[in-house]
Amino acid sequence: MSLRTPLGRVRGLGSAKEGVHHWWMQRTTALALVPLTIWFVSSVLSLVGAGHAAMVDWLASPWSATFMVLLIVATFYHMQLGLQVVIEDYVHNEGAKFASLLVMKGVTFVLGLVAVLSVLKIALGG
Amino acid sequence: MAQFALPRNSTVGRGQTHHAPSGAKKPKSFKVYRWNPDTGANPTVDTFEIDLAECGPMVLDALIKIKNEVDSTLTFRRSCREGICGSCAMNIDGVNTLACTQPIEDIKGDVKIYPLPHMPVVKDLVPDLTVPYAQLASIQPWLQTESPPPPDRERLQSPEERRRLDGLWECILCFCCQTSCPSYWWNGDRYLGPAVLLQAYRWIADSRDEMTGERLDALEDPFRLYRCHTIMNCTKTCPKGLNPAKAIAEIKKLMVARR
Ligand code: SF4
Ligand code: SF4
Ligand code: FES
Repeated sequence: MSLRTPLGRVRGLGSAKEGVHHWWMQRTTALALVPLTIWFVSSVLSLVGAGHAAMVDWLASPWSATFMVLLIVATFYHMQLGLQVVIEDYVHNEGAKFASLLVMKGVTFVLGLVAVLSVLKIALGG
Repeated sequence: MAQFALPRNSTVGRGQTHHAPSGAKKPKSFKVYRWNPDTGANPTVDTFEIDLAECGPMVLDALIKIKNEVDSTLTFRRSCREGICGSCAMNIDGVNTLACTQPIEDIKGDVKIYPLPHMPVVKDLVPDLTVPYAQLASIQPWLQTESPPPPDRERLQSPEERRRLDGLWECILCFCCQTSCPSYWWNGDRYLGPAVLLQAYRWIADSRDEMTGERLDALEDPFRLYRCHTIMNCTKTCPKGLNPAKAIAEIKKLMVARR
């Protein structure tokens, strides 16, 4: 039981003075994903039926590789920001929250890195 | 974790049924949530059959008729009975609204009446609003200035500046929006909620207030402000037709603008 006043409880530790950056990045990555996704879908559609070699050739061109890397970075960044919100919404135990945030950020970072390196390997002729 | 099922002592049982008097011309069933802290029993839903031919047009009229004529222990808040005091906010037919401005006629079938969702219950239809009241106090909902007022008159505001408060000053603090917000249900201890954020914006938008920056500082927090995910339940339910979601969006815009 706590005899702290309701106002004291509500004010708690004060405001964290952050959150704008997270919100703004979520909006900007969402915006960036619109043209990048359109580009990706239309490119893949134009390659329907093409063989493995043609696909690799396409991805190896500097423009495709650049857009592909941008698409991957924006996707994984956006995903990480979104998942962070979901965890903060629903996981209330501080320890479990900290652990799941850490794991989630690690996994999205590794997955994103693997995807970027795969594109670079093809683009740089590995 | 967020709780999705009712705790065992909150599961609702079936209560008593009070039939309409014989010869009732327009009987209608009201299913009303009942809980009495003194008995320690689980809540129930009582059924009251009311003759609408002998009752005023609004849901509050029916509740008052029940209290006067059928069961005087039925407990609810009301005062103005004209949608201006915000006391009679409750969940009627699945929607948070004011009992005094909700016509019975607009409700098809039985009229289901529950207290505002996801708040502790004091008794029957009376929710415990201690936390939202403290949250309102925490945003300091009054004019704050450093400049002394002019000696000979009030602080002036141009008509355009005054117009920016339209859609904000009309809020009657009924907390219908607050308790309709899923984000507030899951994180109401830290998220300020739509009603309180609309009030916060009412003072941020006031041209006479000189503490805009401090007010934004106090809101800049992943939980206090950014738990709003633009679900829009708040705007949909507001019985005064206000738009708390828009006020919150304006605060978020100002947060970016001052970076
Ligand atoms: S914004 Fe509307 S629903 Fe919310 S407290 Fe004010 S009047 Fe009530
Ligand atoms: S718009 Fe924001 S405040 Fe309104 S119901 Fe949705 S999350 Fe809650
Ligand atoms: S009694 Fe005042 S708002 Fe309903």
